Parts: sequence; C-alpha cells; structure tokens
Amino acid sequence: VSRIVGIGLDVVDLRRFARLLERHGPAALRRICRDGEVRIAEGPGRIAHVAGLFAAKEATMKALGLVEDPCDWRHIEVLRSPSGACDLALHGRVREAATRLGAESFALSLSHEGDYATAVVITTIHETTP
Amino acid sequence: MTDSTTAARTDSIRRILKEHGRLSVNAAELADDADLYQAGMTSHASVNVMLALEGEFDVEFPDHMLRRGVFESVSAIRSAIDELVRG
Repeated sequence: VSRIVGIGLDVVDLRRFARLLERHGPAALRRICRDGEVRIAEGPGRIAHVAGLFAAKEATMKALGLVEDPCDWRHIEVLRSPSGACDLALHGRVREAATRLGAESFALSLSHEGDYATAVVITTIHETTP
Repeated sequence: MTDSTTAARTDSIRRILKEHGRLSVNAAELADDADLYQAGMTSHASVNVMLALEGEFDVEFPDHMLRRGVFESVSAIRSAIDELVRG
C-alpha cells in the first residue's frame, strides 16, 4: 500500500512573476530552470508556463519539508510525458532529502487560472501489509 | 575590509530589500539582525532579492548558500556577500 508522507501546495501570482522575469530576464530563468525545461520560448503563454514550473518546485520543497532549508530550484526538474502528464526528477540535495524521507514516488498536478498558477505535490512511500 | 565598504554594502542590501523584499516595514529602519521573514518577506520575494543581490554584487549564490538563514537578516545577507566577494 502507498502512504502519503508529504504534501506541498504553491500559488504564484503571474503579474508578480512577470515583473521578476522583466527585471532579471535570462538570469532568472537560469536560476530557476534546468536546460531544456522551459518548453515555451516566447509569447504570452511563457510567463504562465515558467510560473507553473516555479510553483511545482516550491511545492516539491514543501512536500519534502525543505521550507526551512530551501535548495537550488534547478535540482527539481519538471518533466512532461507526451500525454501532457507531469512528473518530477530530483537531483542533488533535493534528491538526498527525498531519500532521507524515504519518498519513493511523487504526484504533481499543475493548474493555471486567470492571474495564478498553482501546483500540488504529494510524496508517498510504499509499505507492505503484514 | 574597511568600514566604508561594509557601510556601502549594507546600504545596497537595504535598498534591494526595499525594492524587492515586499517588507511590511521600512527596510532602512530595520535592525541589522531583524528577521526579514517575520518582516513579511515571502519565498517569492526572496527570489527577487537574491537575483537583485547577484546583479548588484556580480556574484552567484551557490547551492549550499541557498538556505533560509542566509537571507533572514541584513547582517546574514552581508556576511554571505562578503564571503562571495572574497571568493
């Protein structure tokens, strides 16, 4: 059976996030995203896309109990399957934290509505029943 | 490091906190050791602060310094900047 060991939720205001990207441009993207992670290069959907990635990374840190000890956002990678489903790949210190927690699988859900992007991450471990 | 360098860095940090920290109090009037998160800085605002600090001082915070404690006060930020500038 699976048991939930962590849950994280994050909401990003797209207007504030747009200002962050305007102010810091490529530097902001380099600090938040891994190479190839940003799939929308230009256009109005780009801000919502990157804000969703950021929300997913913040939600992952919360689910892993890293709020008081945040990590490099680039150590959390948001993957997309051809069907559009989201998944996570963890690297570096975030992966170590997940291992310590015993987290074996992750569920990520992203949503955009109006001026907000949201993400929920649930981490689970698998237990065998006696 | 001279007193004037320390003062200049502190002024720059306070200016960045005022512009990007979304604090509920005036950054210029905060004590050096006042808790910035208690003063209203969110994790999202801290991203803005971090990027602005990197641009201002031409440094990059490495992974081991991306900790809450590094950004929790003016003095903590100044210590981190001093360390990064020294190389």
